[in-house]
Amino acid sequence: MSVLFAAAGPLEPAARSFLSPTGVEIVFLLVGVAVLGSALVAVTTKQLVHAALWLVVALGGLAVEFLLLTAEFIAWVQVLIYLGSVVVLVLFGLMLTKAPIGRSPDADSGNRWVALVVALAAAGTLVTLMVDAFRSAWIDLGAGGGSTQATGTSLFRHWVLPFEALSVLLLAALVGAVVLSRGGGRGTAPAPRAGRLRAGKPVGTPGRAVPPPQAGPDAGAPKPADPAPAASTTPPQER
Amino acid sequence: MNLALPVLVPALPALGAAATFATGRRAPGFARPLAILPVAASAVLALVVALQLGTGQVLEAATRLTPTGGPEISLAIQLDGYTSVITVLVGLVATCVQVYSTAYLKDDPRYPSYAALVSLFTAAMFVVVYSGDLIVLLVGWEVMGICSYFLIGHHWETADARSASLKAFLVTKLGDVPFVFGIFLLGADAGSFRISDVLSAAGHGQLGHPTLTALLLLAGVAGKSAQFPLHTWLPDAMAGPTPVSALIHAATMVAAGIYLVARLLPVFLLSGAALIVLAVMAAVTMIGSALCALAQDDLKRVLAYSTVGQLGYMAGALASGDREASVFHLVSHGAFKALLFLAAGVVIHAAHTNSISAMSRMPGLRRRVPDAYWTTGIALVALVGLPPFSGFFSKEAVLTAAEHAATGEAITNGVGPASAVPATAGWIVLVAACLTALITAAYATRLWLVAFHTPAAVPPAAPAPAPTGAEPGAPYSPEVDEADPATAEPSAMRWPLWVLAVPTMGFGIAGVRTDWLPALLDGGSLRPTPVTAVIGTGLAVAGILIAWAAWRSGTARVTAARLAAGRPLGPTAEGRVPGGATTPPAEQPPADPGRTLLGPLFGPARHGFGVDRLYTALFVRPAGAAAKLVRFLDREVVETYVRGTGLGAQLLGRAVRLAQTGNAQTYLSALLAGVVLLAVWAAV
Amino acid sequence: MHLAYPAVLAALLFSVGVYGVLARRNVVLVLMSVELMLNAVNLDLVAFDAWLRDSLHAGQALTLFVITVAAAEIGLGLAIVLLVFRTRGTADIDRITALGDPAEAAQAPAAADTLKGRAAA
Repeated sequence: MSVLFAAAGPLEPAARSFLSPTGVEIVFLLVGVAVLGSALVAVTTKQLVHAALWLVVALGGLAVEFLLLTAEFIAWVQVLIYLGSVVVLVLFGLMLTKAPIGRSPDADSGNRWVALVVALAAAGTLVTLMVDAFRSAWIDLGAGGGSTQATGTSLFRHWVLPFEALSVLLLAALVGAVVLSRGGGRGTAPAPRAGRLRAGKPVGTPGRAVPPPQAGPDAGAPKPADPAPAASTTPPQER
Repeated sequence: MNLALPVLVPALPALGAAATFATGRRAPGFARPLAILPVAASAVLALVVALQLGTGQVLEAATRLTPTGGPEISLAIQLDGYTSVITVLVGLVATCVQVYSTAYLKDDPRYPSYAALVSLFTAAMFVVVYSGDLIVLLVGWEVMGICSYFLIGHHWETADARSASLKAFLVTKLGDVPFVFGIFLLGADAGSFRISDVLSAAGHGQLGHPTLTALLLLAGVAGKSAQFPLHTWLPDAMAGPTPVSALIHAATMVAAGIYLVARLLPVFLLSGAALIVLAVMAAVTMIGSALCALAQDDLKRVLAYSTVGQLGYMAGALASGDREASVFHLVSHGAFKALLFLAAGVVIHAAHTNSISAMSRMPGLRRRVPDAYWTTGIALVALVGLPPFSGFFSKEAVLTAAEHAATGEAITNGVGPASAVPATAGWIVLVAACLTALITAAYATRLWLVAFHTPAAVPPAAPAPAPTGAEPGAPYSPEVDEADPATAEPSAMRWPLWVLAVPTMGFGIAGVRTDWLPALLDGGSLRPTPVTAVIGTGLAVAGILIAWAAWRSGTARVTAARLAAGRPLGPTAEGRVPGGATTPPAEQPPADPGRTLLGPLFGPARHGFGVDRLYTALFVRPAGAAAKLVRFLDREVVETYVRGTGLGAQLLGRAVRLAQTGNAQTYLSALLAGVVLLAVWAAV
Repeated sequence: MHLAYPAVLAALLFSVGVYGVLARRNVVLVLMSVELMLNAVNLDLVAFDAWLRDSLHAGQALTLFVITVAAAEIGLGLAIVLLVFRTRGTADIDRITALGDPAEAAQAPAAADTLKGRAAA
């Protein structure tokens, strides 16, 4: 920690007060409140699709925060990748798993209160730590620190090897996603593993908003020959 | 003299026992030769050793067994006249018993183990006799005890044999514990476990605690030789096969205690108190056991109580300071009591019962077993002590010793000063021995008359004595099942009787001249003095006459009763006495002179004066209650803790199992909570 | 600008993500909450990069990497979710308990029933 402080240069703690915020700080705080609020709504709302949309707000707000921190390239990457692709993927995922449209009363699991306690404890710990450690640290926001040029220079000068490794990772993820979502090799059994997995629970519990997979092979499976509907046509075995 | 010979004497039966144990199951055919030959060979060797040693010689040899840091234990033999006499007796009786057993246990499936145990016992007895070291002697002593335990329990199918063997084992061990401490005390005081060293230390007055040592040793002797407080195991030990009773519980093992005291007599002479205790012990044993013997119905129990009483005689002689007389009586008693047991075995074999009152109802029993009949008579006369049988001489020697001790001139034969023996001890022994001579004569006569001479109850035309003739609940030895009347006396059972009858009749003469038997022993005179001879013989004759008179009157009464009972059997009987008339004559109470003579004492005497019941109340019940308490503590308390740990672990496992829900969110919650806790804990 | 602002915001955002991960039932929403947590870390990285101004621009470079990894993760994660949904017929994380202790359910069906009932409630 002392190394970090030494590298941070003069801190000038007396000059900056939390009671006389600069304009950037005010904007940052306002956007931050919006981000936090939308994130809270995203994790608590009963409407699953709304949650994804609130996530868009939160992530977009974060992009604004990045801009305020002079990381403009990252801000645009954030907008492109998160808002552009990740949220779209999440929406697709919701759709493909037949998430109910509208309020679903059981969006939260029984673990909710434990989760609340753990989250509050984590928040308390982390906030205490952050405030305690960086109460007087000051970011000297000079322009250009996060410009495309600067980022690109450092990326391709110093971080080339990880960058390339990351591209391999992306490729692997791509292939993996394809393989997983296709459910195995063509024609061969995509391994609905015998008996136990299928028969573990009766498919499509009554009372659930999720329609059972018998609704049609077109919804969840790309191919009619997909074995999952075929498997689900067999009567569910009792334990 | 070649040292190998005395070493071979105990080694041969031990090797024979090992060989029988090894081959008994696979080759039962070898069991008989392996049982007889080593024992017979060692008997011959014992005789050879005795002859080579000659009179008045002492042979000592020792090799250090192991360095102990304390008093050393050495593998020592010590041969003198006493060992010669006793080993010859042991070899003779053991050989006779082994030969006898081949016929007696002919069809017993466990004969090999039986024969091996008898051989092992013989070896242990030889070790005890020859040993010159107290620790080695103790080893032989305990091996004898365990052999006795196994052999009493030979018929372990019966509850009697099981409990009797356990009782014998526990009671003798009860005596052996103080005995061991007595040996330790001797070794500590003398600085050596060698008997010769101990005796020389005793001679020089170096023993620090002679009374305590002697009393501790006496406890072991009382256990082994069945003296008063610890005598109760011997009558019960008759549950074993009869040859075992003859060898172990009459002739040899029970005499080992007497032999040990004889060996260590100088130690006992140092303590007048111990001698008086020994005298009282002997006196109580003699009189009590003689009274018990007069009341017993079981033939073997009569003999067992008689053995106890005769051992009391030997102990009395020792208390009078005369070990010569004691060993003299030991040897002659060993011969005639072994003969009595073996003959009793033949009779039981033929009669299918142990009960003498049941035997009395068997017509022609004495004609079916003539050899046993005559040898029993010979041995009983020896037991009673009529001249010229061996029992007369040895018993007179004991009486003489007691008389001398009573007058303050104890015959110690140089073992110690005559003044060492208190006159009180002599008087106690003398009075008790005279009284016992009377009762002994009475019960011997009773046994003889009731078993063989009761007038025939049923006509002799019915030759087959049905086993159902036995009283219900009469003692019954299981090994007699295979006997059939035609072979009531196999030759292997007949000639050991006559072999033993020879010393029974003739051994007593050996004590008459000082240069015969006494020369082999301490050299004192064993010739009976006229006063005691007249008193002893007179008492014996008086006892015989009293018993005979009682028997006569009893028999006449029974005959009259039978005649009276026979009359209603006429045609008019049915209307008058329906129940009593049908009583068969065999159900009449036999003419038992013991019942007449003892009067009100008969009941208690029959049950050993309640000593067993007293021990049950004093020791067995508290021990049983303690065992129950321990069992309760173990079962309920300790077990609860054990079970509790198991149950706790199980419950904990079940609780942990509950956490294993398969729900990833639960796991993750616990993980994160743990992380937060760790972070806080590390920071604070 | 005070470093405390972005740091505290990131901490709170992370905690919100934690809550979402632990409390949501739908797996897709859990993945969303994971994204929130990743973004909180991104904010921290950027803020500290702006504070430290090191010549390597390590914070920003790592942020880019995190974003990339997050994209890959969400792609793979959704593929797995789809597969699970197809085989198990549900995307509820507290119903996918095949790795639980089945003996417990067999041994004490009553307890299992109460568990199930609580999960369904």
